[in-house]
Amino acid sequence: MTNVNYFKDQFSALQASDPNELLTGIRKENFDTFSRSGLPTLRQEEWKYTNISSLFDKDYEFAGDGKISPSLLSSLEEMRIEGYQEANELVFLNGRYAPSLSAIRSPETQLIVLPLEEAIDSKYKALVAMHLGQSSSYIKDGIHALNTSFIQGGLFLYIPKGQQLQHPVYIYHLSDAGQHHTLSQPRSLVYVEAQAKFQLAETYRTIGSCEGFTNEVMEIVVEADAFVEYYKIQNDGSNAHQTNTTHIRQMEKSHVHTVVLSLNGGMVRNNLNLVMDARGNETHLYGLSLLRGKTHVDNHTMIDNKMPDCYSNQLYKSVADDASTSIFSGRIIVQPDAQKTNAYQSSKNILLSELASINAKPQLEIFADDVKCSHGCTVGQLDEEALYYLRARGIPKENAEILLLHAFAADIVDQIKLEPLQKHTEKLIYEHLSVS
Amino acid sequence: MKEDLNLLEQAAQNDYKYGFVTNIDTDTIPKGLSEAVIELISKKKNEPEWMLKWRLKAYAHWLKMEEPTWPNVKYPPINYQDIIYYAAPKKKEQLNSLDEVDPELLRTFEKLGISLDEQKRLSGVAVDVVMDSVSIATSFKEQLSEIGVIFCSISEAIQQHPDLVKKYLGSVVPMTDNYFSALNSAVFTDGSFCYIPKGVRCPMELSTYFRINAENSGQFERTLIIAEDESYVSYLEGCTAPMRDENQLHAAVVELVAMEKAEIKYSTVQNWYPGDKNGQGGIYNFVTKRGICAGNHSKISWTQVETGSAITWKYPSVILKGDYSIGEFYSVAFTNHHQQADTGTKMIHLGKNTRSRIVAKGISAGQSNNSYRGLVRASKQATNARNYSQCDSLLLGDQCGAHTFPYIEVKNKTAIVEHEATTSKIGEDQLFYCRQRGIDAEAAVALIVNGFAKEVMNQLPMEFAIEAQKLLAISMEGSVG
Repeated sequence: MTNVNYFKDQFSALQASDPNELLTGIRKENFDTFSRSGLPTLRQEEWKYTNISSLFDKDYEFAGDGKISPSLLSSLEEMRIEGYQEANELVFLNGRYAPSLSAIRSPETQLIVLPLEEAIDSKYKALVAMHLGQSSSYIKDGIHALNTSFIQGGLFLYIPKGQQLQHPVYIYHLSDAGQHHTLSQPRSLVYVEAQAKFQLAETYRTIGSCEGFTNEVMEIVVEADAFVEYYKIQNDGSNAHQTNTTHIRQMEKSHVHTVVLSLNGGMVRNNLNLVMDARGNETHLYGLSLLRGKTHVDNHTMIDNKMPDCYSNQLYKSVADDASTSIFSGRIIVQPDAQKTNAYQSSKNILLSELASINAKPQLEIFADDVKCSHGCTVGQLDEEALYYLRARGIPKENAEILLLHAFAADIVDQIKLEPLQKHTEKLIYEHLSVS
Repeated sequence: MKEDLNLLEQAAQNDYKYGFVTNIDTDTIPKGLSEAVIELISKKKNEPEWMLKWRLKAYAHWLKMEEPTWPNVKYPPINYQDIIYYAAPKKKEQLNSLDEVDPELLRTFEKLGISLDEQKRLSGVAVDVVMDSVSIATSFKEQLSEIGVIFCSISEAIQQHPDLVKKYLGSVVPMTDNYFSALNSAVFTDGSFCYIPKGVRCPMELSTYFRINAENSGQFERTLIIAEDESYVSYLEGCTAPMRDENQLHAAVVELVAMEKAEIKYSTVQNWYPGDKNGQGGIYNFVTKRGICAGNHSKISWTQVETGSAITWKYPSVILKGDYSIGEFYSVAFTNHHQQADTGTKMIHLGKNTRSRIVAKGISAGQSNNSYRGLVRASKQATNARNYSQCDSLLLGDQCGAHTFPYIEVKNKTAIVEHEATTSKIGEDQLFYCRQRGIDAEAAVALIVNGFAKEVMNQLPMEFAIEAQKLLAISMEGSVG
C-alpha cells in the first residue's frame, strides 16, 4: 500500500480537531491495529479468496466536504428504492451522514435519528459508549480497523421500546469518485429497544469514472423480543468496491431476518456477524449473488452461539457467469454453554462460464453436545432435464436459461418481506438477467 | 449384535494395552539434528551419495521453513534438538528369514497381535515390520518376487532399486511441500517400498506394522508405493507405541503412484499412544500422505481409522491427474480425553471425468477436539469432475468439540461438487430404544457408534476391520458418563 502516510496525516488531523474522548479513544486503538496489521492479504485465512489489498495500489483519498451538485442530486433521485414515499430516507454522502439530504417520515416517538457525534452529546451517550466498536472484538483485520480509525459523520438510530415502526428506513450511500479515487467509510449504530419492530434497507451508488471504495461498518443491537429485518442491495458499477460489515447482537428471544442481494460491482466483501448474547433467539440469513463481468463477491457470515436455545437458518445462493467470482464462507460457532442450538446452513451455487469460479467454505465449530447442526454446499450447473423440458416446449435455450435462473433466485427474493422492496429487486433482477 | 457386546466386554480393560516397552538393545545416536547427524544416518544405512545429497538439500530447505500454525490443534513448541533421529534394534547381520529375528522382538509383535509366523502361515498377508527407525523383517518376499512384486524396506530399495527410488521419491510429496515433509525427507530412517509391475494383481494384502519403542526417539518413516499399468495392490498399515510421559514425534511421508488403470487401496489403523487421561504424553502424529492417479482410469482409495495419538495432523490426499481417475477417502477419527485430531483430505481434480468421494466420520468424547479439514478443487481443465463429500460428527459428552472446515474451489463449469455435514449427539430415542431392550447405556452407545462408523469400517479389509472395531470399542471405554 502506497499511501500509509496519507492516512497517518488524516488521522492526526482528525484526532486533533475532535475533543470527543469517546471517539478519539476508539479511533486511536483501531489506528494502532491498522498500522500494525495493514490491509488484509491472501495469506490471511479469512481473506484467502479476496485480494483486497490489490485495490490499494491506487491512492484512495477521502472526499472533502462534498458540494452538492445537481448531478449528485439527480443520481440520488435515480437510486431511490420503490416505496420511498412511505419510507425514512437517509443519505450518506461519501461515507458521511448528510441530514440535509435525508427525509425522516416517522414521528420522533417511533424513531430517533441523530448524527453519531450528537448522540454522544445527548442522553444516549452511555448507550453509544457501550455498543460502538463491539465489532472490533470479532473482526481484527486492518480494513475493519481502518473504518473505525476514522469514525466521523456517523449515524445513530434508536427505536424506542415497543414501537412497531410503520415506515421502513432506506439508507442510500452515494459516493463521488469524479475527481480522484474515493474512499468512503460510513459508520452507524442502530439500537432496537425491546419489543420493537424495525425494517432497514441499504443500497449503494458510486458516480464518476475513478475508483470508489466503500468501507462500511454497521452495528445493530436487537433487544429482547424485538424484530429486525435487514436488507442490503448491491448493484453498483464495476469501479465500485466494497467491504461491508454488519455486526448484529441479539438479546433474548429476538428475531432477525436478513437478505443480501449482490448483482453488479467491482470487488465486494460482505461480513455478516450474528452474536447470540442471550437465549431463545431466531435468525434467518439469506443471500443471493447473480454475478457477471468481473464482479467478485465474497460473502462471509458468522454466527456465534454463546447462549442456549437459539435457532438459525441460512440459505446463500449464487450464480457466477463470465469471469466473475463468487465466494461463500459461513461459520457457525456453538460455545460450550449453547446447548440445544439448532443451526442449519446451505449454500447452492451455479457455475455458468469457463472463466468464472466459485469457492465455498462452510465451517462448523462445535463445543456443545446437545445440538443439531448441519451444512450443505453444492456447486453445479443448471438442471439439464429442466432445460430440455423447456426447450421441448419451444422455448429458446437462452430464454429457458433465464427462466431457470429466475426460479433459482426466487427462493431468496421471496424472503424480502417488505413488499415494495421485493418488487424493486424483482425488477432489478429482471433487468440484470435480460442484459446479456 | 452379540459380537458387538463381546467386543465391549473385551473393552473393559480400558487402558492403552499396547503400552509396554520391549527391552531390546538399541543402537541409537545422540539427540539433536544437524548436517552431521544426517550424514551419520546416511552412513549407518550405507546409502549412496545421491541419497545423502537429497537429504541435505531437504534439511537446508527445512531450516528456512516455519512450523505451521493453521491446524486447529494446540501443543507446546517442539524442541527439534531434543529428539533422537536414529534408533535401531541392534543386529549383527542381514536377516535371511524370520527365524533369525531376535526372539524378544517376535514376542513384542505377538503381544501386539501380529504374530509374524502365524500371519505368514494363515492369513497370507505379507508384513513389513518397522521398529523405531528401521525395518525389522519382511515376510513373503520370495513368493512376491516370483510375480515381480517388490516389497521391501525403503533402505533396501535404495540399495537395490535405486532407479525406481530416484524416479519416484519426492515426486508426489516434494521435499519442500511442508514443514514436516521437509523434516522427514532429511532424516527418514526407514519405511516400506512397494512396486507392482504392469498387469499384476498382488495376490495378498501387503502390510506394514510400525512400532516406536525407544525413548526420546522420533519416528520418521517413508513409504513409497508404485502401481504400474493395470496392476492392483491393497496395503495395510498399523502402528503402536509404548506409554511414556513425554510426547514423541512421528512425522511420516507416504507417496502413492497409480499408473494407467492401476488401483491402490491404502488402509490405516492408527493407534499410537494417545497420552493418559490428563493429556500427559502421547504421540504427535504429523503425517503427509498423498497419492497421484497419474494414469487414465486409475484409482486410489484411502481408508483410515484414527483412534490413537495425542495430536493427529494428517490429510491423505489424491491428485486426480489421469482422465477418468477416481479418488476415495473413508475416515473414522475417534478422540477421547485430551486428544486433538485435525484430519481430512484433499481431492485435486485435474483430469477430465474424474470422480472423488469423501466419507468422514468424527467422534469426540472427553475433552477432546476433532476437526475435519478438507479441500475439493476442480481446476479449469477438469471437465465433468464430480465430487461427493459427507462429514458427520458425533459428540459424546459436553466438553468435547467437533469442527468442520471444508474448502470447495470450482473453476470448471461442468463440475459438480456436493458437500454435506451434520453434527449431533446420540439421539435420545435411539438410546431409549436400546435400553428398553435391556442393553445398558454403555453398550448402547457402542452399538450406535459402531453403526455410525459402519460405512467406513466396511471399506477395510477383513483382518483389519475386526481389529479396528475392537480398537474403537477400547478407545470409547469410559467415555459414557
